[in-house]
Amino acid sequence: MELKKVNANTWDIPKQGGMKVPGRIFASEKLLEAIKQDQTLQQAVNVAHLKGILKYSFVQSDAHQGYGFPIGGVAAMDVEEGVISPGGIGYDIGCGVRLIKTNWTADEIKPHIKELLEKLYKEVPSGVGKPGVTELSNDELQEVLARGAQWAVGQGYGKKADLEHTEEYGSMEADPSLVSARALKRGRPQLGTLGAGNHFLEIQEIEKVHDNKTAAAFKLDNEGYVTIMIHCGSRGLGHQVASEYIRAMEKKYGYEDLPDRELINAPIQSDLGQEYYKAMCAALNYSFANRQMIMHWVREVFADVMGNHHDMDLVYDVCHNTAKFETHDVDGEKRNVCVHRKGSTRSFGPEREEVPEAYRHIGQPVFIPGSMATGSYVLVGTKKSEEISFGSTAHGAGRLLSRSKSIKKFNGESVAKEMEKQGIHVKAASWKGIAEEAAPAYKDIDEVAKVSHELELAKRVARLKPLGVVKG
Amino acid sequence: MKYKFLEHTADVKFQAYGKTLEEAYSNAGEALSAVMTEVDDVKETRSLTVAVQGEDMKSLLYDYLAELIVLVNTENFLLKRVDALKIDRDGVLSLTATLLGDDLDKYKTHDDVKAVTYNEMEIDETPGKCVVQVVLDI
Repeated sequence: MELKKVNANTWDIPKQGGMKVPGRIFASEKLLEAIKQDQTLQQAVNVAHLKGILKYSFVQSDAHQGYGFPIGGVAAMDVEEGVISPGGIGYDIGCGVRLIKTNWTADEIKPHIKELLEKLYKEVPSGVGKPGVTELSNDELQEVLARGAQWAVGQGYGKKADLEHTEEYGSMEADPSLVSARALKRGRPQLGTLGAGNHFLEIQEIEKVHDNKTAAAFKLDNEGYVTIMIHCGSRGLGHQVASEYIRAMEKKYGYEDLPDRELINAPIQSDLGQEYYKAMCAALNYSFANRQMIMHWVREVFADVMGNHHDMDLVYDVCHNTAKFETHDVDGEKRNVCVHRKGSTRSFGPEREEVPEAYRHIGQPVFIPGSMATGSYVLVGTKKSEEISFGSTAHGAGRLLSRSKSIKKFNGESVAKEMEKQGIHVKAASWKGIAEEAAPAYKDIDEVAKVSHELELAKRVARLKPLGVVKG
Repeated sequence: MKYKFLEHTADVKFQAYGKTLEEAYSNAGEALSAVMTEVDDVKETRSLTVAVQGEDMKSLLYDYLAELIVLVNTENFLLKRVDALKIDRDGVLSLTATLLGDDLDKYKTHDDVKAVTYNEMEIDETPGKCVVQVVLDI
């Protein structure tokens, strides 16, 4: 595919055929080579065909092939003319990352790491189809869908300050009545569970502070101190919402004009488009509540093992599978657009009203977790990202090898032993799961963070290194 | 061969085979289960039925596999084998089948299947060597 170099970290796919806008890839040469290995660029071209897409079909530096949209894809749609596409959000609606800071040093935690991991593994259910510990009534589940993390805090899972450090204050305006009985049935037993695949719960150490002032604002300015990261989403409920609306949209609007049937969509202004959006927000609320409850149990485990959890404050919780209505500058004009982020983190700079007050002066925290054996980054959103990527950046290291190749290439037990030698302990449901998530299966996280930093999509604040991992 | 897994960067792509489309669809169900567990080890202690309708063969496949995923979460059901799968093409396109399997929580599992996708879905109904191809979101 023909690519035009714009600068060291930006490449364009010129408009051709039915593309309504060009494609734009944010990547270094090294990451671009990785991206070229699969269908990512073709999928970005496909997304560029969608009605109402503005400026570019964007691809982040950690991108890889998805199903329909590339993972790492960003598409902003004109609210009047454009469409909303469930594939542009993904099946795991509201999948995201939350980071907790602590006042323990790594040296204080290390002697207890195995006990902590065992207890975290026991208290936070993970794996395929594992039910959670909460038995929710239908009415309670409706409340979860309507109020998200605010419901969870109201039930005693955490404190009010947590909400002040959560995207959207942990709750989007949603309509739970648009979530089907089957989705409710799927989601009810799973609230407060991690799930499987690439979802994880990680104990980390602040390895390096890149930006002291911002790190201080995020309370992450002490190198050697411990943080905890949680990565998961809306579980079966979100998956079911996406599946059902995809089917409803294709019945209503067909797919004949689309380059990929998975890009099925509905006009934003249509009843079905609006209904999907409000159901999606309900699933987002489920994901906020899910991570809030998991954090509560994490605090309890630490209190049990370490004596207390007084200083375990939430730094931030941010989703990377969403569609949001936001105001952006398009060709010199302020416009309300619908930004699809499929495996991309919002990275708003200072002064945006969407950023919680706690961070409005400095910009929102952005998390880019790497593979379980390498490291993760905390970054800060920028004004510049609003100009160049509708306020979006990468969301992870991004897979490089397929799961089947990883399993052939790596042995889970050896991977775990190797990690242990580096001082990283891992607790997982299966060895196979560890083999799938082995570090070389992912792209270089330092390179991903560097691209984001250099382009100012989000700027580096701190690097975190793993000490212990619970894998779903 | 009943099914084969193919390369896909992050998700799972498979092809399932059969002399008839019914057989290929049945094997696709098994392939989905094989993503979650060692399907050979699963016992047949439970039997459920599935009935779905579609507008075309692809949407029928989508809804049928989506139903198997739902049963994992709502019925704690892990599929071993699909029996007596019938596709009715007269009138409304529909599929019925008997699902044999066991309780999910008795087995070691690895990957969760989040959803079925239409991405790269292909259905080849050549008599004697039917093939269906599916990408699952993991």
